[in-house]
Amino acid sequence: MDNFVIAGKTYSSRLLVGTGKYKDFDETRTAIEASGAEIVTVAIRRTNIGQNADEPNLLDSIPPSKYTLLPNTAGCYTVDDAVRTLRLARELLDGHKLVKLEVLGDPRTLFPNMVETLKAAEILVKEGFDVMVYTSDDPIAAKQLEEIGCVAVMPLASLIGSGMGILNPWNLQIIIDNAKVPVLVDAGVGTASDATIALELGCDGVLMNTAIAAAKNPVLMASAMRKAVEAGREAYLAGRMAKKIYTASPSSPVDGVIASTQKP
Amino acid sequence: MIQLTVNGEVRQFDESINITQFIELNNLTGKRIAIERNGEIVPRSQYADHYLAEGDCLEVVVAVGGG
Repeated sequence: MDNFVIAGKTYSSRLLVGTGKYKDFDETRTAIEASGAEIVTVAIRRTNIGQNADEPNLLDSIPPSKYTLLPNTAGCYTVDDAVRTLRLARELLDGHKLVKLEVLGDPRTLFPNMVETLKAAEILVKEGFDVMVYTSDDPIAAKQLEEIGCVAVMPLASLIGSGMGILNPWNLQIIIDNAKVPVLVDAGVGTASDATIALELGCDGVLMNTAIAAAKNPVLMASAMRKAVEAGREAYLAGRMAKKIYTASPSSPVDGVIASTQKP
Repeated sequence: MIQLTVNGEVRQFDESINITQFIELNNLTGKRIAIERNGEIVPRSQYADHYLAEGDCLEVVVAVGGG
């Protein structure tokens, strides 16, 4: 059995999905069901005070009894904001420890601020959180986050929400080769083949949101992503053939080809 | 009358109330929320013990869609 283990818990799906940018909670729920994902990210935000008493709640559509929720620190630019957000998340979710840390450095690129990310990771690990961490595709930073005690490192494939795909497979490969904790591509996947490539490289999983939510048909794309991740994982386990650069090798027998009818 | 900052907005209450009363007054009863008071988490089990004071800063959060 090809198990995927995060912080001691075993999952069968290697696809993790977000809950942002959907048309409504119904579409969110349907797409997530089609994706087969078991770990689902949520954001933590201020609630409306004293208005919209009947406003629907995301957690009614994505119940914590059915999914492993992964509260994130999206939108946080400082250690303090990120740590406080996840303490609130832990209280909100009844002591839930598994979290996604991201500390951003720049609103235009949403690139992570690695200095702040490392500091926040250290605090959160000490406080007993199981930290899955968004990182630049810098092998040194990824290793440092692992050494701090993060339960998974999640390098970007390209900018958050850009759909530009995997821009630097070589760095990802170094991170994967160095890591003793699961490595997940987080951010940048645009379509199914991007997810497959990530798994073929040896990533343990992929986390995505916009690639599904911003597709013309999110539910169909969620289904495509489920298959893409499964295909990539199977190809990785199967072990691809060696590349033979500029050297063809026929698949059919060379001998016994019928003769030409033209007289010589 | 006391004045607090709740989710970044200044709000006034007639008198000091505890967080359970604050939740009732703001139609948040039964909702899945978490509350931070002056930078510290207030555990749900302690809502009734926390009386709000002049100048308090509250953050009241929920889970929303995000990636």
